[in-house]
Amino acid sequence: MNLELSENLRNVVDQLSEQFSDALIDIYKSTGDTFIRVEPDHIVDICKELKEEYHFIYLADILGTDRFTSDERFEVIYNLVSLRDRERLFLKVWLEEENPTVDSVTEVWESANWHERQVYDMFGVTFNNHPDMRRIYMPEDFDYYPLRKEFPLLGIPGSIELPSSTPDTE
Amino acid sequence: METKHIKQGVDPQFFKEHQESLYDALEDKHTTVEMLDEDDPLNTKMVLNMGPQHPATHGVLRLILQLNGELIEKAKLDIGYLHRGIEKMAENKTYQEFMPYTDRTDYLSPYSNNVAFCTAVEKVAEVEVPERAHYIRMIGCELARISSHLLWLGTMVQDTGAVSFFLWTFREREKLYDIFDHIGGHRFTISHARIGGVANDLTDDALAMIKDFIDEFPQELKDFHGLLDRNRIFFDRNREVGVLSTEEALEIGATGPTLRGSGYAYDIRDFDPYARYDEVEFEIPTRLEGDNLARYYVRMEEMHESIRIIRQCLDKLPKGPVRVDNAKEAYPSKDEVYYSMEGMIHDFMMTDTGICPPKGNESFHSIEAPKGELGYFIQSDGTGHPWRMGIKSPSYANLQALENMLDGEMVADTVIMIGGVDPVMGDSDK
Repeated sequence: MNLELSENLRNVVDQLSEQFSDALIDIYKSTGDTFIRVEPDHIVDICKELKEEYHFIYLADILGTDRFTSDERFEVIYNLVSLRDRERLFLKVWLEEENPTVDSVTEVWESANWHERQVYDMFGVTFNNHPDMRRIYMPEDFDYYPLRKEFPLLGIPGSIELPSSTPDTE
Repeated sequence: METKHIKQGVDPQFFKEHQESLYDALEDKHTTVEMLDEDDPLNTKMVLNMGPQHPATHGVLRLILQLNGELIEKAKLDIGYLHRGIEKMAENKTYQEFMPYTDRTDYLSPYSNNVAFCTAVEKVAEVEVPERAHYIRMIGCELARISSHLLWLGTMVQDTGAVSFFLWTFREREKLYDIFDHIGGHRFTISHARIGGVANDLTDDALAMIKDFIDEFPQELKDFHGLLDRNRIFFDRNREVGVLSTEEALEIGATGPTLRGSGYAYDIRDFDPYARYDEVEFEIPTRLEGDNLARYYVRMEEMHESIRIIRQCLDKLPKGPVRVDNAKEAYPSKDEVYYSMEGMIHDFMMTDTGICPPKGNESFHSIEAPKGELGYFIQSDGTGHPWRMGIKSPSYANLQALENMLDGEMVADTVIMIGGVDPVMGDSDK
């Protein structure tokens, strides 16, 4: 691979590829950001390693995307920040369309809690071992995942019960 | 009697499963099932629902607090009341069309949001912005920071019981509204940034008003300090309330003044400078205490620093164009549109398709908004609208920290803690 990485990131990537040689699938740069795609099974181990050994102690965000026509339809992107080395690194995993599941990283960073709930709410990706796997924006009774590409922009009429227009009489 | 009692005691009429699961979550928040005493005739243990229409919840935040007397044992936040589907909308609009929507996310500092979005698009589409536009954006961002912090100051002090203070901070905000009116033509939702630069240059009027403002505002700020710093009520109500240690703050992903009040100087302006922040001097105020008072000091000092940055920007403000001169990347100027056929065609093209970043590009760019790190993640499929646009919003991260901060505090301090974290629900909404 011939990527223009900074010294720190080069070190991180080299060490990781040595340690997790079969878990790393792809490493690439896009407009200045570094992305590492890994096997979903190893995500917790890799995150732990990154946090403990390489000081990626700050998890800025977890993001879901829908790749729609691809085989591995869902993508979860972890936005990690190394405060010591002033680096940003993106980890990503691809998940299957049928029953997408990945292990939760809440044991590594507490902040993953809400971010994972958001991905669950919007894409239906479930996270194993998550302490509180509930929806965060939509009501629990809602059966759809709004940010999936097939969900219509106008919503699905009648999908949730609306408050009655007449006030309660108690 | 087990805590199950809480759930059985209520009869939610709408979104039944949602309400019930919330109570479930409250019950096993700390993974242990705690028993409510059977002999509790005074009903000191109760579940209190605050919001979503409580005036102190700064929007539509709903808190479910399990109380023991006046002590909060556990707290859960329900933020799903505003769901507008802003990311979904972004994916169905062209980049330029979506820009005014960013005004509505954190509606107290619209200018910062515009700049955050535009810089993100410029990064993914690899557009170079002219020098003068960078400086104008910096001035706008810092004015937005002052404006946002002023509203926080007014409402937070109002939460501690002083009403007239709110009017004074609003008097200052009024001046900022006037300035924004002259900069971009709107008072509230400014939409002044454009992909590839800004909509129009600063007028002489606007420049004069900004100069007046930065001359007068430090004195106002001094008065605010004079009133609050040694005020017994304000001091006692804020000190050691909502303490968040440095480790906790980093672990829970707090950002902006909430993180800096806990002692970590993480500021995107310094961490990964955008615009021309690497060419101006400023300090990053931090405090070690991590309580509400620390957050107050951090924000007050940030306003001083903003004034300092604006002053430097005005000194350095270079001459030149304010928007990139490439009709494939930005709107042509109105002169061209009205007097040349090419200009008009390009204007239509920009409105119809807009800027098309190269296929497969994906990037994340964040700026330091008044409330913390505001970032946009964009994946492009080569068309005029983003394939995926994710927003990393500061209020969302800070609200998660609030959920932990509330545990073990007094119920009377809840509103102050909400005020101290400075959440905007439009910002945490996706």
